[in-house]
Formats: sequence, structure tokens, C-alpha cells
Amino acid sequence: MNVPDNLKYTESHEWVRLEDGDIVTVGITDYAQNEMTELVYIELPEVGRQFSAKDEIAVVESVKSASDIYAPVSGEVVAVNDALADDAATVNNSPFDKGWLFKLKLSNPSELQHLMGPGDYTGKIS
Amino acid sequence: MVPFAGWEMPVQYEGIIPENRAVREKLGVFDISHMGQVFVSSDTVGVAASWLDSILTNNVARLDVGQGQYTLLLNETGGVIDDLIVYRQTENDYFLVVNASMVDKDVDWMQAKLPESDVTLGNRSSEFAGLAVQGPAAVTAFQTMFGESARLPERFCMATLTTPDGDVIICRTGYTGEDGFELFCAAASGPDWWQRCTVAGATPAGLGARDSLRLEKCYPLNGNDLSPDRTPLEAGLAFAVDLHKPDFVGRETLIRQKTKGLHRRLVAIKQTGKSPPPRPGYLVLSGDEEVGILSSGGVSPNLGCGISMAYIASGHNKPGTPLEIEIRGKRFSAEVVKKPFI
Repeated sequence: MNVPDNLKYTESHEWVRLEDGDIVTVGITDYAQNEMTELVYIELPEVGRQFSAKDEIAVVESVKSASDIYAPVSGEVVAVNDALADDAATVNNSPFDKGWLFKLKLSNPSELQHLMGPGDYTGKIS
Repeated sequence: MVPFAGWEMPVQYEGIIPENRAVREKLGVFDISHMGQVFVSSDTVGVAASWLDSILTNNVARLDVGQGQYTLLLNETGGVIDDLIVYRQTENDYFLVVNASMVDKDVDWMQAKLPESDVTLGNRSSEFAGLAVQGPAAVTAFQTMFGESARLPERFCMATLTTPDGDVIICRTGYTGEDGFELFCAAASGPDWWQRCTVAGATPAGLGARDSLRLEKCYPLNGNDLSPDRTPLEAGLAFAVDLHKPDFVGRETLIRQKTKGLHRRLVAIKQTGKSPPPRPGYLVLSGDEEVGILSSGGVSPNLGCGISMAYIASGHNKPGTPLEIEIRGKRFSAEVVKKPFI
């Protein structure tokens, strides 16, 4: 299972990439997409909305079930991956790249410290 | 793997979509060992049949040896306890294949209705493993497995085949809408028969694919689309009900419904726009009126859109009627369509 070194991870299988400044990109891990399989619908948050860490922020639906996605950190949604509206399977095919879900502007950057590193996350899923 | 009626069942092997496609286009094999096998016999010709006819909706007396029929076991108020297939195995022996989750309930119910003598009832569910081989290549696979001279029974018929690997019951039925057969063998030889099915070209398929296949064909799932509060007429299963029979458990309610009309019917609903997958439990609306709750739902791998079934109040259940499905507080447009979806 792919666990890129340059990302942070959550217990609920989201990944977080720190971009320039105080923006993070969020997606679901290779492990998560593999567990859910065959994604068919992705409900993304509205740009401009504010979320606290651990809030339900998005929903990822496979043929078999719907799974909530949680905000890994607190912040405002500044972008969403609109391309997923037409092809949810992009998250299966490219979970860390083309299948990103949304970007948050951090409201409390210190929360990043609570996330797991790649080593701990690999331990969790193996 | 998921727990299902006391069994550990695979939801999927390769994936629901490719498994669905394998069954529609070629061949799939499902482990249906969880299903129940109940045997009913009598020493006197006609006695077992007439008893079964007093507790089942379809017409058992019409079955020739080797034939089977889809039928329902109803409670006293006409609600569905179980849907099943009954086969006439020999002159006086009947073979019933029932839902896994209902084996005990069915047997208890039947036991309580058993006449004092001359009909015996045997629950032999634990003795059998079952495999459903489904898809357009089923006949070819059957010949590969049993030899060119073996004869696959006609649709809805059964036969017992004696093979070097033991006796198997072959029933030309399924739950996918494709041609195929169900194979029941001694429980211990289940894995070997599974192997033979895959060698003959069948793709392993799980519960997830099975659910998507049956939903595309609008076959009801007991516990979802069938329940003790709903009659087979409401479920659209009149073809499996013989109201000309003088009496059977639940008949009075059905006669009354037939005379007075049905308040609600199980209909097929298709999402008309971009929508999350409809799932069981979601509310169905017409304007601001709640007209039903989805009993089954999912994405059709073949249609690429959300499909579902629900008991919908009369006035809103004709094909073409626009409806809305409420999903996480938002409404998505849908419409009633003719059954089946494909």
C-alpha cells in the first residue's frame, strides 16, 4: 500500500499535504480507497465554509456504502476538486494526486502536529 | 467479509462492478451455502402437495416431477414471511430452497401448521453447500463440468445428478436475471465444486454483485423489499399467487386487497439527475408529501445511475411520476419507471 513520505495522515485515513503558506490539500489514502473500492459519488464541501478538526466535511460513496470524510484540521475551504463530480473513480486511480478532495486555509496551524507521520500511519494499516 | 444471517459472506472478490459485468456478459459463481434446504414428503400421493398448497401462495399441485416454482410463505394477515422456490423432486417429495435468514422462522412456522400425520418436514440446511452459477455461458460451463451427455434441466426445473464426486442437485434458477443454475452438494464437497465452477470459467462473485444484479431486475430481497407488513400483491408478485386455490394462509387479505385496491405498491425508481446513490431508508417525496421509504437501492453498474425500489402510495406510483429522494438533507430528482430496470 502506497504511503508517500511527504504527507501527514489521520486515524480516519485522510492525508494532508502542506502547500505554500497556510493552505493544506486533503484527500483519502490509498488504503482507504482500496477498502472502499469503486467510488461512484463524492460530495464535497462548499468553498468558503468553515470547519473544525474532526467535523464531517465530505462524503465518499462506493457501490456498496457511504463513508464520511472528516476535516483533518480546522480551517476554511478554499478549493474543491470539481473534476471528481464527473469521475469519482479518479480517487481510486490516483488517491494522492488527481484524486485530491479539497483545500483548507488553516485556522490553527498547530493542529498539524497532531497528525501522524508516514511511519506511524504505515504501522496503523499494516 | 461481512456477517450475513449468521454466516461470514464475501461482499466482493475483484469488485462489485466487474463481478456484475462478468455475470451479465459471461459467467459468475456465488457461494449460496447460506440458503436453506427443507424437504417435505408424504407416503400418500397428493398429501404433501395439498398441505404445501395450504401454506404457500403458488400452485404446488400443478408441478410435475422435476418442476419448480417461485412462491411465498405468508402470515395470517397476508404479510410475507419468506419467498422461496419449491420443487417437486419425486412423486411425493418436495424440495424447498429458502432464505438463509429465515430458515428457522420458516421451519417453525411450517412445523406449527403440520398435520398430525402423513407429512414429514426435514430441515437439512446444514448438510448442503450451494453454488449459483449465473451468466450467458452457464450451459457451456455445465457441459464442461458434467460432460456433453449430461442434461441441464429446463428453466425452473431440477434434477439430481450422480457424479464420481457425489450426488448434486441442479436447479435451473437464480437471482440475477441471467441464465444459470444452482448446484447443491454435500457441505464437505463445496470447496471442490467451487473450484470446478471457476475452472469451467466462472468468475467468483460476492453478495455485493448479487445485490446489484437482482436489483437491476427488480427481484425483491426479503427483509428489505418483502416484510411481514407487506403482501405479495403490494410487492408486485401476483404471478406467484394463485387466488383460485380454495384456501391458503393469508388468502383473505389478498382477496380483500384485490377487491378494494392497493394503497401502495413496490415500484422501481430511477435517479434522473446527478445524485448520490439512493440507499435503503431514504425518504421519497412528491412535492412536500412523504410518499414512501426506499427499501433497496444502489448504483446500477449497467445503467451507471442510481436505482431503487420503494413502496409508494397510490397516486404516485405510475411509471413516469416524478419524485424526489432525500439524501443527507438535500433532494434529488427521480422518477418511477417500469420494472425491471434492465
